[in-house]
Amino acid sequence: MATNNGRLTPAAAHAATAAAAPVRVRELVRGYGPKGVLNGVDLDIAPGEFVALLGPSGCGKSTLLRALAGLDHAVEGSGTVEVPAKVSVVFQDSRLLPWDTVLGNVTLGLQDHDAGDRGRRALAEVGLAGREKAWPHQLSGGEQQRVALARSLVRDPELLLADEPFGALDALTRLKMHSLLSELVHAHRPAVLLVTHDVDEAIALADRIVVLDHGKVALERTVASGANRTPEDAGFAKLHSALLDALGVNRHRALAASNA
Amino acid sequence: MSAGVLDVGRTLGSRRPNAGPATPPGGKPAAAPEKSPDRRPLTRRLGPGPRRRFAGLLGPLVLLAAWFLASGTGVLDPRILSEPWTVLATASEQLGSGKLQEHLAISAQRAALGLFFGILLGVALALVAGLSRAGEALVDGPVQIKRAIPSLALLPLLVLWFGIDETMKVLTITLGVFVPVYLQTHAGLRSIETRYVELAQTVRLSRLAFIGKVVLPGALPGFFLGLRFAVTGAWVSLVVVEQINSTSGIGYMMELARTYGQTNIIVLGLAVYGILGLLSDGAVQLLQRKALTWQRTMAG
Repeated sequence: MATNNGRLTPAAAHAATAAAAPVRVRELVRGYGPKGVLNGVDLDIAPGEFVALLGPSGCGKSTLLRALAGLDHAVEGSGTVEVPAKVSVVFQDSRLLPWDTVLGNVTLGLQDHDAGDRGRRALAEVGLAGREKAWPHQLSGGEQQRVALARSLVRDPELLLADEPFGALDALTRLKMHSLLSELVHAHRPAVLLVTHDVDEAIALADRIVVLDHGKVALERTVASGANRTPEDAGFAKLHSALLDALGVNRHRALAASNA
Repeated sequence: MSAGVLDVGRTLGSRRPNAGPATPPGGKPAAAPEKSPDRRPLTRRLGPGPRRRFAGLLGPLVLLAAWFLASGTGVLDPRILSEPWTVLATASEQLGSGKLQEHLAISAQRAALGLFFGILLGVALALVAGLSRAGEALVDGPVQIKRAIPSLALLPLLVLWFGIDETMKVLTITLGVFVPVYLQTHAGLRSIETRYVELAQTVRLSRLAFIGKVVLPGALPGFFLGLRFAVTGAWVSLVVVEQINSTSGIGYMMELARTYGQTNIIVLGLAVYGILGLLSDGAVQLLQRKALTWQRTMAG
């Protein structure tokens, strides 16, 4: 019934993706009036899809992420948010409990008897085998963020929410973290929503890029799979400038800022 | 541990030669390059410098020496303050007869019981006030009122209610102890950052696990601060209850000595209180260091 000559009708195709979509956001409003933070956002993320959410400061991208994370208790609003059962969050700060060891942080809240083993495996995956008993503050910023990644992944999330996870890291560490995140996402296949204000980071990592502006989706672009995601690539440059335009960044000004 | 590093060039102008490159294990450094004098443009050190071990003993030792000196030279009249050796002799005498141990045991028991109940009450109230707004609204006010009333002022009422037996004494100590424990633990609870609470929510911690993994460890530094106040406070309350309507304990021993004008026993009692206070504070600090390893390594 859904097929027509062996093909999905557009409506049926939509229904199929909608049923499979682990993330469905409809008419999301957060904060009312002229100061509304989100003013009717629609967003779908398919299972295993990597979506980067770009936007200038104060555009509501963190508000959207917090809505998906279920952390907006005291925020007025309306709309529908549907997320899968298993959601993990990586914050900008690694948010490790300073009084717990690295392993204790990774397995925080896990009750299964093999939690320790799984935690150790997750730590090995992020390249921190052997640091299980260290205190968080004994690690560098990049290492702390890797522990935070391990803490998220050990829970086998269907949706990974990352709120500018590399924003506080230095440029070199950030690049290393990009490849690590790519590998991990490839291995675990969660749907990902990465909030960032870094256009390069979005292009480097995401399947699809959503630009949020004034609480609304301003632009959506798919990043061609298998694309050469380096600044030398022509497609990259085009996407890059389209995104900057959508972000309202004048290219001349951007140039001036980067030279400053 | 870090003292070795900090020691180099401890004071301005002392240009000690540097330790030089580490010698390879087993064997002399092969033709080490001639050491040139270590000249470095050090800034004037304004901080207090590295910590020294047992430095905290200096002050009490100076005080003790002054006492010896003043008594030995006769500046201090023994009727005003007994000589240290007289107090020592009294101590061994009282120890020999077993009287001191007897008083000490009953005093320590009262302090321990009062501390136990006080800590329990303080932590429980802090948790109630720290974990729910309703709890805070109910609990915080009365505790602040109790804080403004000295234990001494409550004593007449407590004596009327509970008589002069052990219940009254332990209760008085408890009432003195729970306030600092509550205040500091509550402050510790409130200082736990919201971001950790959010984290606990995102990893779906149960309320019990949240208390065990986030709330209690996060409030522990505050709790220990409160505990140190509480331990000192317990001894203070003890003095009060033992000098009024008591027939045993160090305070009673001193009060009795006062009626007979035995300065040496009074000073002995004071010394015992002082030693007990120091020892218990040291014990709490030791416990604190054990429990807060993560904090210690952060400072070092």
